[in-house]
Amino acid sequence: MKADADIAGAEDQQSAAGRLITPSGIEIPLVATPAMHADHREQPGEYPYTRGIFADGYRGRLWTMRQYSGFGTAEESNRRYRFLLEQGQTGLSVAFDLPTQCGYDPVDPMAAQEVGKVGVSVSSLRDMEILFEGIDLSRISVSFTINGTAAIIYAMYLAAADKAGVPRRKLTGTIQNDILKEYVARGTWIFPVRPSMRLVADSILFANEQTPRFNPISIAGAHMRDAGCTAVEEAAYTLSNALAYVDELRARGAELDSFAPRLSFFFYVHTDFFEEVCKFRAARRIWARLMKERYGAKDAKSWMFRFGVVCGGASLTAAQPYNNVVRVAIEAMAAVMGGAQSIFTAALDEAYQIPTEQTAEIALRTQQVIAYESGIAHSVDPLGGSHYVEYLTDRMEEEITRVMADIERSGGMINAIERGIIQRRIAQRARERKIQTDNGARIVVGVNRFRREHEEEWTGEVFRPNPDAARSVVERYRALRAQRDNRAVERCLSELGAAAANERHNLMPLLIKCCHSYATVGEMVAALKRLWGEFEEPTGL
Amino acid sequence: MALRGKKILLGKVGLDGHDAGAKVVALALRDAGAEVIYTGLRKSPEFVARTAVDEDVDAVGLSLLSGAHLELVAETMAQLAQLGRADMKIFVGGTIPKPDRQALLDMGVRGVFTAEMKIADVLDCIERELA
Repeated sequence: MKADADIAGAEDQQSAAGRLITPSGIEIPLVATPAMHADHREQPGEYPYTRGIFADGYRGRLWTMRQYSGFGTAEESNRRYRFLLEQGQTGLSVAFDLPTQCGYDPVDPMAAQEVGKVGVSVSSLRDMEILFEGIDLSRISVSFTINGTAAIIYAMYLAAADKAGVPRRKLTGTIQNDILKEYVARGTWIFPVRPSMRLVADSILFANEQTPRFNPISIAGAHMRDAGCTAVEEAAYTLSNALAYVDELRARGAELDSFAPRLSFFFYVHTDFFEEVCKFRAARRIWARLMKERYGAKDAKSWMFRFGVVCGGASLTAAQPYNNVVRVAIEAMAAVMGGAQSIFTAALDEAYQIPTEQTAEIALRTQQVIAYESGIAHSVDPLGGSHYVEYLTDRMEEEITRVMADIERSGGMINAIERGIIQRRIAQRARERKIQTDNGARIVVGVNRFRREHEEEWTGEVFRPNPDAARSVVERYRALRAQRDNRAVERCLSELGAAAANERHNLMPLLIKCCHSYATVGEMVAALKRLWGEFEEPTGL
Repeated sequence: MALRGKKILLGKVGLDGHDAGAKVVALALRDAGAEVIYTGLRKSPEFVARTAVDEDVDAVGLSLLSGAHLELVAETMAQLAQLGRADMKIFVGGTIPKPDRQALLDMGVRGVFTAEMKIADVLDCIERELA
């Protein structure tokens, strides 16, 4: 990769010749001129959508303000959701604890120390019902950050809606359901790649028929980015993963235009403002061209690259945490200038704890100030036409396309993931980034520059998880297993196991049936593991 | 090459999937001359302890970003003690709040590392403890 050479150069961003490059290694001109970019005449809402997928930008519809949240028991998370909705948040985003994400019930020895810690524990339909008590699922869109057990949690959400009397077609929201990037960066994989791809396809095909307003996948670059790759690589890996899903669905016989309009994306925004804005402009253009010209999609909706973002993550620091409010504000502005459909702004204490109610509120207010005071959402693609922005968009498009072509030449994304190639490349990037931070080539305010002599780490409120959460989760779990019709559960689980053996069988209806019987996440995962086994992680560095 | 001849096991215990930090440290240790074994994600304390003993390593580094560090480090140390290796040198890295850093050191952990520490300082600490 050319970027490899560039990154070596990035260690000294300000070389003697005064040459500057972006974090992805693209040269930054002192002054950009019209000669440095193609002559772009397109308007917002026009193919290939560089300037945005909607002609009326945010005037038609503001982005969704969606704060990621969840912890402890379903009751506690339900209280936080109601608080956030009362504060003007317009969608929910559910954070699950690791046992739920990795498919272990709360009593599993692997789960013992992590129940309710980084998110809410949901092991059965009972928890899902409590999680959304008093929240009208036909009106509030809900996003689920869940991957390894995505099909199961999606089934459980549908079962909860069924029980609440909400028609499935009215449900809105998104389930992340992007297993490929879990193998690369986020780590909540369970099954080997091939059966996991089947589950993803099953849920997307099912969603096409049953929940037409609910996005069955959000193809995410965010976690690969936060693990260390550059903005160019983030976009390239994500779009390559997206093509792997498209190929899988087409191999299952699905018509491209029946599912492509439902694919959505999810990215990180870090602090390099222009690179982030241009990443989104470039990604929209690349996706539109791929779908229309290479894959032959006919429906304009299939060409439209829709995405949500998260601002914060690895760009935030534990040192001088109040600086993070400023970082997140810059990042959220980049997301708006880039045309995001939904934004999550991380709280200032994200680098070391679950946000308190106060820091979560500041994070949401940051978006509200941008939306309602700054005026930047009023005109569509307000940076379009800037010579620098058009130049950087063109250059990022070239670089992203080149990284994608490299992956394709070396056998495609699934192959690269199974062999651990992308994983190694990201680890290498993380190492380079660390070296640059340690030696000061990459400036981080409050960390390697402008530090105070005796830094007090945090003077605000400390989030204290409820120490009884795990115990009450386990109590409810045991009570459920004692009360439910265990024979019905067994029947559902064995039907599931039998259907899993037949590749042509869509597992979603059976998963929903299992959920209605109050089978647990761990039981459903175990039934499938017996047949499919587990992913073997390539750990070579 | 200050760590030449040293063998170090880096383990992810519990379910947390953040491995960037562990991998960065693994690469840095290798550059410093150490032989590094990385367990991969989602290993039980028992697995990590057994591997450490079987491989006869000089030190174990545990990476935790899930908030379950106190419990899982204690459990790994208990497993090592059961295998007769209470003397094993343990290092911990991850999102460890300040009060917990002292708690870990009080438990006998030799060094606690967070993301914003310089790698050179991390290596210095390990080198000192293994000298």
